[in-house]
Amino acid sequence: MPLLDISDLCVRIPTPEGEVHAVRAVSLRIERGEIHGVIGESGCGKTMTGMATLGLAPKGARIEAARFHFDGADLREQAKALRGKRIGMIAQDPAAALNPVLSIARQMDDVIRAHRTLPREARRREAADLLAATGLPDPGRVLKSYPHQLSGGMQQRVVIAQALATGADFLIADEPTTALDVSVGAQVLALLRKLVAERGLTVLMITHDMDVIAEACDRATVLYAGRSVETGPVEAVLQKPGHPYTRALLAALPDAAPHGARLAAIEGSIPPPRTRIAGCAFAPRCPKAMPVCAAEPPPERARDRHTWLCHLPEDAA
Amino acid sequence: MELLRYILRRTVLSAFVVVGVTFLVFIVAQVVPSDPAALYAGPRPTAEQIEKARQELNLDAPLPARFATFAAAMASGDFGVSYKSRRLIAEDLKAYLPATLELAVFSTGLALLIGIPLGVLAAARQGRWPDRLGSFGSIAAVAMPTFFLAMILQLVFAQWLGILPLSGRLSREIAIGAPLPVVTNFTLVDALLAGRLDAFGNAVTHLVLPALTLASYPAGVAMRLTRSAMIEILERRHVVAARTLGLSEPRILFGHALPNAMGPALTVIGLSFAYALTGAVLVEIIFAWPGLGRYVSEAILAKDFPVIAAVTMVVTICYVVMNLLIDIAQALVDPRVALS
Repeated sequence: MPLLDISDLCVRIPTPEGEVHAVRAVSLRIERGEIHGVIGESGCGKTMTGMATLGLAPKGARIEAARFHFDGADLREQAKALRGKRIGMIAQDPAAALNPVLSIARQMDDVIRAHRTLPREARRREAADLLAATGLPDPGRVLKSYPHQLSGGMQQRVVIAQALATGADFLIADEPTTALDVSVGAQVLALLRKLVAERGLTVLMITHDMDVIAEACDRATVLYAGRSVETGPVEAVLQKPGHPYTRALLAALPDAAPHGARLAAIEGSIPPPRTRIAGCAFAPRCPKAMPVCAAEPPPERARDRHTWLCHLPEDAA
Repeated sequence: MELLRYILRRTVLSAFVVVGVTFLVFIVAQVVPSDPAALYAGPRPTAEQIEKARQELNLDAPLPARFATFAAAMASGDFGVSYKSRRLIAEDLKAYLPATLELAVFSTGLALLIGIPLGVLAAARQGRWPDRLGSFGSIAAVAMPTFFLAMILQLVFAQWLGILPLSGRLSREIAIGAPLPVVTNFTLVDALLAGRLDAFGNAVTHLVLPALTLASYPAGVAMRLTRSAMIEILERRHVVAARTLGLSEPRILFGHALPNAMGPALTVIGLSFAYALTGAVLVEIIFAWPGLGRYVSEAILAKDFPVIAAVTMVVTICYVVMNLLIDIAQALVDPRVALS
């Protein structure tokens, strides 16, 4: 049984201009111990999927799903209870995720205290141990610091240590490297891999960056316009992508273009979240679109554990 | 280290303010009056009396020399003699200043304790009944004239319920029947020094109504400012992050959001403390509170310049010290303040 089991998740958010379809039909199956990447452009619903899993969808949001379960518990009822206990989050911008006026010691201590009853000294040691586990060289000094005295990479390690302090075994990492330098980001990804291996964590990695998927993830799900359009082991998705959108994403990577050539871009833009979509949402931008694509929802195609939604037969891809 | 440097810098700046005010007070007290000697000599003076006063006041010396004498006297706590009562001003201040400080400190504390938690609560329940009730209450607290609120409080708590005394600093049984030895003139401190818990409790009950009256305006303002600052902070990412870490809601509100939101309220509380020192004349009159406000307003009516000068100096120093304390408190709450 997957740890996180989401099938046909739909999140609608009321706005003054009418309801916004932030997530239309996302299915995610995340097994214990894996790092599962969720990739897509801004507005594809990846962050909202994570927020709904944490029970932090905006006020008044309507959440519907065929299945929306974490370890057997229905997230529609239990998300708030699981948040901070079994489900943790690593935010995008560590500078914004840490409280600017509290010392790291206070912020670590508050998290440890919220989850365990320990004497002061033991909590302090625990905080130092957790910081050391994230690879921070001098935990004692970091504890005495305030966030503005730390570098971005150090801040992100503190955020990860806080998530570990909750004792959560499932972490949602929302673009954990976007705010960091490339080399620091790579270190953070390596750290997450190490923690997953050592502590048996499971990670949902939200990203818009194929390199992050390639570098850190075991399996990946591609989202487009609020739907999951392709999912499978990372090697399969990267090397033999089934969905034309995934292929377009890979072609748009700078490394894919020959040296000196113009970078490929995906023509057009994603459909606005208020439109109704009858067929395949990618059809207007798809180079291989057929008349049927705009009219009917695409069928699921599969190769081993690698699945995608497309009208094109497998060998035509 | 940063913090120490910051405190030092603020202290030096405060010293400059005090020197500047000393100069202004000197101008107002000794240069502006057309003839201080005539004022000093009293009504219908003879020529000899005025000449004698000129000599006593050293009015014939050059201005810089007079300023030096004046500043030295102020620094040593020698505020001179009241034109009107001929009493030593320093002696008067020893009686009035503690009474005023006691009231100002108590009311400032009340304003903080009432205004800030209510502001946090209103922000946490934004748009729901605690917020609406709090907003109504804060507007009422700010808009209500002090003397009117004072009389309503007296009517309800002293007259109808009879649970708090009407006015004064101590009940007659204690003030006359078993008086406290006067050491500091802070009734609370004197009661503790004498080990008289009965007198201490009695003094506290006398403080409640005037302090509440004085606290109403700053509490209302502090509540509004805390509410709006908290609403902004509660949207921040680190508050969302704190939620994902499983912290309890009270902990998030008071432990994480409030320290980010306290700055504006602290500033206003500092200003209202200064106001309470001399601006509380009506409250002092209604509650028969022997404070600085009454002392100085009588001096103003009598053109008693040495008293006005002395009170201005003392209030300036209290105000500067209070502001310094608030600056330090801000830096302790938010370590980034010391950097700017």
